[in-house]
Amino acid sequence: MLWNTLLLAMRAIRRNLMRSFLTILGVVIGVAAVITMVTLGNGATRSVSAQIASMGSNLLMVRPGQRFGPGSEAAPNFKLADVEAVRSQIGAAVAVAPVVSSAVTAVNQSRNWSTVVTGSSNDYFSAGNWELTAGRSFSESEERAGKAVCVIGNTVRDKLFGQQSAVGAEIRIKQFACEVIGQLKSKGQSAMGSDQDDIVVMPLRTVQRRLSGSQDVNMIMVSAGSGASIDSIKAELERLLRERRKIGDNEEDNFRVMDTRQIAETLTGTTRILTMLLGAVAAVSLLVGGIGIMNIMLVSVTERTREIGIRLAIGALEREVLLQFLIEAVVLSSLGGVIGIALAAAASVVLSGVMNIAYVFDPSINLISFLFSAAIGVVFGYFPARRAAQLDPIEALRHE
Amino acid sequence: MTAASPLIRLAGITRTYGAGAAAFQALNGIDLEIDEGEFVAVMGPSGSGKSTVMNILGCLDSPTAGSYTFQGAHVESMTRDQRALLRRHFLGFVFQGFNLLSRTTALENVELPLIYRGEPATSRHAAARAALQQVGLAGWEDHAPNELSGGQQQRVAIARAIVTDPKVLLADEPTGNLDTHNSCEIMELISGLNRDRGITVLMVTHEPDMAAYARRVVRFKDGRVDSDHRQEERA
Ligand SMILES: Nc1ncnc2c1ncn2[C@@H]1O[C@H](COP(=O)(O)OP(=O)(O)O)[C@@H](O)[C@H]1O
Ligand SMILES: [Mg+2]
Repeated sequence: MLWNTLLLAMRAIRRNLMRSFLTILGVVIGVAAVITMVTLGNGATRSVSAQIASMGSNLLMVRPGQRFGPGSEAAPNFKLADVEAVRSQIGAAVAVAPVVSSAVTAVNQSRNWSTVVTGSSNDYFSAGNWELTAGRSFSESEERAGKAVCVIGNTVRDKLFGQQSAVGAEIRIKQFACEVIGQLKSKGQSAMGSDQDDIVVMPLRTVQRRLSGSQDVNMIMVSAGSGASIDSIKAELERLLRERRKIGDNEEDNFRVMDTRQIAETLTGTTRILTMLLGAVAAVSLLVGGIGIMNIMLVSVTERTREIGIRLAIGALEREVLLQFLIEAVVLSSLGGVIGIALAAAASVVLSGVMNIAYVFDPSINLISFLFSAAIGVVFGYFPARRAAQLDPIEALRHE
Repeated sequence: MTAASPLIRLAGITRTYGAGAAAFQALNGIDLEIDEGEFVAVMGPSGSGKSTVMNILGCLDSPTAGSYTFQGAHVESMTRDQRALLRRHFLGFVFQGFNLLSRTTALENVELPLIYRGEPATSRHAAARAALQQVGLAGWEDHAPNELSGGQQQRVAIARAIVTDPKVLLADEPTGNLDTHNSCEIMELISGLNRDRGITVLMVTHEPDMAAYARRVVRFKDGRVDSDHRQEERA
């Protein structure tokens, strides 16, 4: 019986090609839209998360500033002693790096490139999740003596040396020559859209002596161990720095502690809203696809009712007619669902490439939208047929 | 076999459409016996209940009251599925409006009852082709109904009705939509089936010319049998 009913269902699909095609189309559009939108949204979230992770995990950044209102004065920078205090007194900190920045033009023979020199220590590399692709980091003597050595990012190497290795070469910055001792692995764009690879790192003392000309430290980077509580480290940092900067009990901080988690929350919050928005648009198209299917099925209900009348009259059992219509609906809906999934995969890969975000295959959304569309197809293909099959044959034949 | 029961026996059949004040009694107690091999024409004015009784005989509709015995079995107490199986194995229908599946070839239309009977593909094709040949449509197997004339469509419907080799052929105004020439050809076909294959034929018609092919004429009036007489088959 199943085989024969399958035959009848296939014949019915073939003889109603237009109706079959439109049903499939409705499912395809619904499935493809939802999956593509959600996949792109997930990809964007994933990309943002990856960018945030590339900044360094569990990273706190302490900057001077943020003191408003009357009697405010420019917040003083930190000193190396503050960095040492943080390093020695905050046990949960894995790496503590001072940062002094200075905008410069770096020159290699005829090529030059405007960039920012960061003066720091080897802790900067571990705090910022940097890896070396060639060369080495600073030696202790280089740091102590403030030698003219530097580790450069991918963009700087690219602009000054092309594809060649820069290790061992010298670049000129202002009036001094600086030996390139290492190259950093590329990190790409930051979550805020700036190029993280546009970077030159020198020992702190080198920058202080030759570029900034002061003992100031612009920022302190603190990397917490992966298990450590960011909140407690933050509280400790604030207490320590308030004390060192002699801030009274009812005075506001004149420094600011930011952590990557905060940044991450802000940014992923934005992409999550975006994903929801896309999802809502897609849900509407799923609905429109569903209404399309419903419409086609309802329009053909008169013809189908008469057809069912004919089948019943020549001796078909009610359940045979129903099974045929069920198979028909399931076949069409599944076909539409599979095409929709394939289309969504192609569109997602292409679009995520164009939009420069990660492609993340999400099995659950594929399954959910497939089942939902298939359910629409089956419900609207099957239930009108069921009503018709329950009629007396003569009533079904008389249906206008 | 003198005491043998007739193929079909209707006793006190009534059929009421609607309910309450709007109720309308289309059949007011029909008693009718039909033996195997008969060719019966059912006549009567429009609205006299001819189609209603044909639908009940064909198990397409159920009587409100009364008893209907087919080959000794009580149809009025059968389930839906039992009546469907009765149609599948013993009855063939020809309707005024042909009732073929649209966008479906003549061959597939004729095959349809055999599919429900679970006939294997090869014997099904052979039987359907033979039936089409018998109604004079050899070579038209692959044509859909909209590519066929009215007379041809009715032939396809007849082929579909006889492909299962039914005991009874029920035809409700089979020539009602056809011109005289086609009507006569269809009537020749039907009386041939009765004569050569022994199929019992019940046919509703308005036209005395068509009724002349039958050997028994039952006249209906206001939901009752008005007259019932036998006649010589037309030469
Ligand atoms: N489905 C129905 N609902 C209500 N009345 C009906 C229905 N079918 C037939 N009738 C009525 O029953 C009577 C007999 O109808 P029918 O058997 O079709 O007559 P005919 O002899 O012309 O074939 C008519 O008066 C018709 O209006
Ligand atoms: Mg009638």
